[in-house]
Amino acid sequence: MKKNNTNQKINHNISVKNEKVNLNAIQKEKKAEAKSAFNIKNLVILLCIIAGYFLLAYLVEYRLNRQFKSLIVPIGANIILAVSLNLVVGFLGELSLGHAGFMSIGAFTGAIFTLNMNLPGNIEFFLAIIVGGIMAAVFGFLIGIPVLRLRGDYLAIVTLAFTEIIRSIINTLSLPAGKDKAGELIVKKGAMGLSGIETYANYTWIYIAAVISIIVVVNLVNSRQGRIITSIRDNHIAAESIGIKVSRYKTMAFVIGAFFAGVAGVINGHNLSSIKPVDYDYNRSINILVFVVLGGMGSIKGSIIAATILTLLPEVLRPIRNYRMLMYAIVLIAIMLINHSTWKSRLQGNNLLSKIFKKEQVSE
Amino acid sequence: MKLVEYIIGQLINGLNAGSIYALIALGYSMVYGIAKMINFAHGDIIMVGSYALYVFIVLMKMPVIVAILLTIGFCAILGITIERIAYKPLRKAPPLAVLITAIGVSFFLQNASLLIFKANPIPFGTIIKVDAVNIGNISISGLTIVTLVVTFICMAILTLFINKTKAGSAMRAVSEDKGAAQLMGINVNRTISLTFAIGSALAAIAGILFLSQYPSLKPTMGALPGIKAFVAAVLGGIGNVPGAMLGGMLLGIIENTAKAYISTEVSDAIVFGVLILVLLLKPSGLLGKKRIEKV
Repeated sequence: MKKNNTNQKINHNISVKNEKVNLNAIQKEKKAEAKSAFNIKNLVILLCIIAGYFLLAYLVEYRLNRQFKSLIVPIGANIILAVSLNLVVGFLGELSLGHAGFMSIGAFTGAIFTLNMNLPGNIEFFLAIIVGGIMAAVFGFLIGIPVLRLRGDYLAIVTLAFTEIIRSIINTLSLPAGKDKAGELIVKKGAMGLSGIETYANYTWIYIAAVISIIVVVNLVNSRQGRIITSIRDNHIAAESIGIKVSRYKTMAFVIGAFFAGVAGVINGHNLSSIKPVDYDYNRSINILVFVVLGGMGSIKGSIIAATILTLLPEVLRPIRNYRMLMYAIVLIAIMLINHSTWKSRLQGNNLLSKIFKKEQVSE
Repeated sequence: MKLVEYIIGQLINGLNAGSIYALIALGYSMVYGIAKMINFAHGDIIMVGSYALYVFIVLMKMPVIVAILLTIGFCAILGITIERIAYKPLRKAPPLAVLITAIGVSFFLQNASLLIFKANPIPFGTIIKVDAVNIGNISISGLTIVTLVVTFICMAILTLFINKTKAGSAMRAVSEDKGAAQLMGINVNRTISLTFAIGSALAAIAGILFLSQYPSLKPTMGALPGIKAFVAAVLGGIGNVPGAMLGGMLLGIIENTAKAYISTEVSDAIVFGVLILVLLLKPSGLLGKKRIEKV
C-alpha cells in the first residue's frame, strides 16, 4: 500500500512539474507579448501623444492670447504635482502635506545649477531638471525612512512640519547665484530668494515632462509594485502578514512622488525666473492636495482634469476680480458637499436622478 | 543671580506665548476628539474674532467688556454655523473630503474678510491696560499677567466642565464611541455643536489676547498661530485636553528659548523639529493613548 502511495505521489509530482513547465512557457509567451512595446494599443497612445503635442503647439502659436499662453506651464507643473501626489495620497493612502517642500528643494537646486553652469540652454535645463528631481528624491528618502512609520493625521502634520523646516533652513542659507561680469561669485541670502533665472520652461518642455510623469506613474500603478502599494493602502496589516515589506514600498512611492515634485519645482522656477522660499509654504501643499482630492483619489485622469480646471478657474474668474478667491472657496466647499453629503444618496435613493436620466433616454 | 533671573524672565515670556497656543490647541484637540477631523478653519476663527472685536470697539464704540463678550458669542455662533453648513452633511464622508471642506471654509473666511476689510493691516491699540508687576528684579508686564490668568481660568473651567457636568460627560462619551453614546440617549448632534461652540469661543479669547500682543489686523493673521497650535495639539496628543494644554505651553517655551538663544529665523525649524522628534519616539504624542490596531 505504502509503495503504491509513494508511486502515486511521484506520478503526481511529475505531472505537476509538467504542468508547471507548460504554465511557465505560456506565461513567458504572454510576457513576451506584453513586453514588446510595439503593440497596437501603445502605438495608438503614442500617436495620441504626438497629436496632442501638435494640437498644443497650434493652440499656443496661433490661437491663445497671452494670458492663456502664460498658463500652459503652470497647468503642466500642477498636473505633474497632482499626479505625483496622487501616487502617495491616492494609491499609497498616506496623507502627505510635504509636496511643497520637495518642490522647493527642486526649484532651488535647479536654479542654483543653471545660474552657476555655463552650458548651452536646453542641455543645461535638462540636467537641472534631473539634478533637482534627484535632490528632492534624496530628501524624500531621508525624510521618508523615519517619518513613514507614522500614519494618518500624524504623518500629515509631520510632513507639513518638514515643509516649514525646509523653508526656514533655505531662509538662513547663503546661496551661490552665479558670477557677475568681473567673475566674482555672487552670494545671495536665502530669504531674498534667487532671481534672474533663465526662463527655459516652454510648452514643449512642460508637455514632455508632464507626459513622462503621467506614463511613469500609470505604469507603476499597473505594475506588480503598484499592486503592492495599493494593497498597503487597503489594509497594511494584511499586506504585512503576507510578507510584503511595507516600509520599503511606502518609501518607494514617497521617493518617486518627491522626485516628480522636484521636477515640477525646477520647471516652476525656470518659468517664473525669480523664486523665494515663501512661495513654497504649506498653502501650496494644500492646493496640490485639493487637486488630488477633487479629482478623485486614486484616479490619474481625475488629477489631470482637476489640476487643469483649478489652475484655469482663478483666471477665468478674473472679471469678477475681488470675488474670485471667494468664489473659489465656495466652489470647493460646494463640490465636496455635493459629492459626499447624504442628500446625494437620498436623491439617488428616491430615484429622482435615475428618473431624469431615463426620461432623457426615452426622449432620444 | 542675574542668569537665573534672565532664565525665569524668558520662561515667563514662553508661557505667555504658550498659553495663547494652548487656548487655540484646546479647540483643535476637542474638535478632533469628537468629530475626528482636523478643523483647518480653526486658525481663521482667531482672525474673525479679532476683526469682530475691532468692529465692536472702534466702529461701534461699545464698552470693552460688552465687546469682548459679544466677540466670544459671535465666534461661538460662527463655529456652530460652520459645523452645521459645511461639516454636518459630511459625517459619513471619508476624512479627506472633510479636510478639504475645512480648507475651503478657511479660504472662505480669509477671503471674505479680505473683501470686507481690505488687505492693508489695520493698527489696533491694546485693550488690556494693567501695570507691570515687579518681583525682585524680574518685571512682568501687565499683559503677560492677564494672559496667564485668563488662560488659567479658562482651563480650570473647561476641566471642571468636562469632568463634572452632564454635558461634559456626554462629550467624553461621544468621543469614545459615537454609536454607543447615541444608544445611551445622548444627542450626538447637539454635543458636537457644543464642542464647536466651546472651541470657537476659546479661539476668540485667544484672538483677543493675540491681538493685544501683536496689535495689527490682517486677513491672514490666524494662519500661523493656527498651524503652531495644531502642532501643539499633536505634540501633546491630539484629542486629549490636558495634552493640548501641555503641548501649547511647551511649544511656547521652546519657541521663545530658540528665539532668545539661537536665532529668530530658525526658531520655527526648531519647533517643528521637536515635534518630529517627539512623534518618532512617541507616535501618539506626549499624553496620547496608544491605540492598538486590530485586523
